[in-house]
Amino acid sequence: MITLGHYLTLSALLFVIAIAGIFLNRKNVILLLMCVELLLLAVNFNFIAFSRYLDDPTGQVFVFFILTVAAAEAAIGLAILVVLFRARRSINVQELDVLKG
Amino acid sequence: MAGTLFFYTLSAVLIASALGVITARNPVHAVLFLVLSFVTSSVLWLLLEAEFLAVVLVLVYVGAVMVLFLFVVMMLDVNVAQLREGFTRYAWLGAVVAAVLAAELLAIVWWKPDGLPMAATTTPRPADYSNTEMLGTALYTEHLFAFELAAFLLLLAIVAAIVLTMRRRPGLKAQDVSRQVAVRREDRVRLVQMKAEHDT
Repeated sequence: MITLGHYLTLSALLFVIAIAGIFLNRKNVILLLMCVELLLLAVNFNFIAFSRYLDDPTGQVFVFFILTVAAAEAAIGLAILVVLFRARRSINVQELDVLKG
Repeated sequence: MAGTLFFYTLSAVLIASALGVITARNPVHAVLFLVLSFVTSSVLWLLLEAEFLAVVLVLVYVGAVMVLFLFVVMMLDVNVAQLREGFTRYAWLGAVVAAVLAAELLAIVWWKPDGLPMAATTTPRPADYSNTEMLGTALYTEHLFAFELAAFLLLLAIVAAIVLTMRRRPGLKAQDVSRQVAVRREDRVRLVQMKAEHDT
């Protein structure tokens, strides 16, 4: 039978892959945003698995709100990306040095 | 056991597509791999009997957010070769961090899960059980305030996205209706006095 541990392992692997993706694609803002989406998916997996195995609906309510916030984040992030591309003609993270940080 | 086989097959597809997202050469392929991983996880959520959220994941995420990603990826003329240079320079660091993180997470799950029922199994819910009804009851009673905050957050996101991407281009030829209506006869017509001309 599939236990809670199986689902948590799957979600941990997904989370780790997304973290590795942030290291690999550290120059491309679009791919960084996509890796963040993968991280959120892994977290949602945990919430839903716990909600099912502990028989508590609050976990699914949390996933609902995470989906809302992630959709808003993606929309605003892509809008910022479009404005950035208009201003700099590039989405390379290394060229974002206007603030001299 | 059919359910176990189903779980392992879907997990393999999910992990493979997640690896495809982070290693794809073409950003469009990466978005398509991300769509595949979202659809696969939606089926896995169905196995966990979270039907409402599974459908919402496909409708909202694949239907709206991923299409937005595809739209932006295809609209921006990105120099992929330049972004890919030095792709493997920090790969070793990524691999080390990923290995340490994986070891920690899996140790928590399998080695010493204090108080967590890691080996728990579930029995299928009865046929008349409604996941949507359960979620709706929880949302509209206990979490009503958070629900309204989420609605406000979405409104804020709409306004922010529109304000960010709206721009006024100089030299744009457009009609200004109020100025068209407010124009007077004196602004447009000029009466000229001149002598009549005669043919010779």
